[in-house]
Amino acid sequence: MTRVRRSAAVFGGLITLGLVLPAVLPTYYLGLVTTALILAILAMSANLLLGYLGLASVGQAAFFGIASYSVAIFTRHFDVSGWSAIGVALLVTMVAGAAFGPLAIRTRDIFFLVIMLAFCQILYGVTYSWRSVTGGDDGLPGLARPDLIPGISLESPISYYFFVVGVFIMMMAVFWLLVNSPFGLTFKGIRDSEARMRVLGYNVWLYKYLAFIIAAFFGGVSGVLHAYYYGVPNPADFSLIHSSSALLMVILGGPGTLLGPMAGAFIIVFLRDIVGNFTDRWLMVLGFGYVLVVLFFPSGLLGSRKGHKSKSLFSPEKDPDESTLMPDNSHIEDEQLVKNQSQ
Amino acid sequence: MEFWIIQSLNALSFAMLLFILCAGLSLIFGLMNILNLAHGSCYLIGAYAALSTIKVTGSFLSGIVAGSAAGGAVGFLLQRFLLQRIYGNRLLQVLLTFGCMFIIGDLAIIIWGADPTMLEKPDILSGAFFVGPIIFPKYRLFVIIVGLIIGVGLWIFQERTKWGAILRAGVDDEQMARAVGINVPLLFTTVFVIGTALTGLSGVLGGPFVGVYPGVDLEVLLLAVVVIIVGGLGSMKGAFFGSIIVAFLDNFGKALFPELAMFTIFAPMAIILAFKPTGLWGRIL
Repeated sequence: MTRVRRSAAVFGGLITLGLVLPAVLPTYYLGLVTTALILAILAMSANLLLGYLGLASVGQAAFFGIASYSVAIFTRHFDVSGWSAIGVALLVTMVAGAAFGPLAIRTRDIFFLVIMLAFCQILYGVTYSWRSVTGGDDGLPGLARPDLIPGISLESPISYYFFVVGVFIMMMAVFWLLVNSPFGLTFKGIRDSEARMRVLGYNVWLYKYLAFIIAAFFGGVSGVLHAYYYGVPNPADFSLIHSSSALLMVILGGPGTLLGPMAGAFIIVFLRDIVGNFTDRWLMVLGFGYVLVVLFFPSGLLGSRKGHKSKSLFSPEKDPDESTLMPDNSHIEDEQLVKNQSQ
Repeated sequence: MEFWIIQSLNALSFAMLLFILCAGLSLIFGLMNILNLAHGSCYLIGAYAALSTIKVTGSFLSGIVAGSAAGGAVGFLLQRFLLQRIYGNRLLQVLLTFGCMFIIGDLAIIIWGADPTMLEKPDILSGAFFVGPIIFPKYRLFVIIVGLIIGVGLWIFQERTKWGAILRAGVDDEQMARAVGINVPLLFTTVFVIGTALTGLSGVLGGPFVGVYPGVDLEVLLLAVVVIIVGGLGSMKGAFFGSIIVAFLDNFGKALFPELAMFTIFAPMAIILAFKPTGLWGRIL
């Protein structure tokens, strides 16, 4: 119980901190925290797939962007606003996840990666070219924040900050409930060994599919918050940099943990801000960040602290009886291969 | 009618460029199971290296040499010092090579600036051939010829020489290759360097008509990835015919349906991934 109590204490402390921040931070930094929280939700989306299913998705930005654009398009072209627009946007995002899911889940490893990459690129191309609907690379400016709760305006940075904090806590709670439920624990089983889960009678495909849609939902929530925060969606929301950043946040913070993605998001957002003061070459710094993380913190900063070793993620071991598109056997160390053969 | 012929020739020249670019990627992927996302960066560096060299020496040939060497050098550093440490771990490979792509991309901006440029064609290759109503640039024809020569050369190398046999052995079964005494690490590094050198070469060749600009690394990478998915892994034939398919789709897509530009190449790729994930000519199962 103490572990749960400790996590609860940590979480409680963070919430308190979050509630107190507007009083101490200047608006600019509050804005950064808001951005970090929004991206943390996107990172949660990537975390669900990576940390709990073993699927590295560089394409969660696709759902982020779809939701972002849906909110803007529906508000602008259909004069829908507030909860309806949000609801429609999330629905569209989940439908996109459901539609793309079967294709994506058929693939593994780098093929999965590539197809998600492709998905993002297609969306980028469509939003860039389809000016009449999406405004091309000018985006769709002028999205006003709706009065979601009658009487409370979200216009000010502080009120929107609280809104984002509220949504973030809600999403965290949903995430926590999800991964600790029997449904969620099945994900971990799939991550560790699909073959075993199939043998036990689980419909692995269905679990993966549902996880994909749920991850799309998380990405969508992030996108909606982003749309209202910045007021203008942009094809760059689908960019590879953006999308891979989400994955990096998860890796940095530690996949398979609850707070890891959030930590990663904060690190990336603040690092980007600090570096931006010195140079335009943020990408290079980000690149070095990737390289350093890969070489020195392969299980993430929070992950390694917890001593969490997620087996099939960061070690070259792969279940020998698992069907993969690329046989990995040739890269297993000799003694590992012998060990597997003798089982 | 001329439209179709000209577009087909354009597509063919682009296909050859893609082939030279992808031959390396396919080999590396097939042999070492490494998806090198910094592959496009080798293209970029090759092009920029050639740009600087041509400015200094005025010779396109020196540009070609410089570009290939630069590509190979980048590949060597990448493989020998970074990728070798994270062997077999796909996720980390992806992140690492992503990081390198960003680093190299920004380095290029620092060194060469962010303005888009075109490499200059050498004088003997400027101008066009006039065959009836068809005007076709000499340079593109040059690229087609180079691509075909390299294609044939690689095929001969792979199918008819001892080194090719060693390569194929490594692709098919690394454990056995090691067991019969093949120095696999050396083979890997060599193949990696050759692959990236070819990519650098394609950067130089592409310079005059694709252009040299920040962001070309990502565009080229995506095209390359589509090619190897369509054509299959570890197979020269796959890289060759895959390049042709993708180049034709891309070219005619852009010409006939400009608004769906990205879609025309990614949609077929998605279909192939769905139904034949190993690609049309894949050797790896």
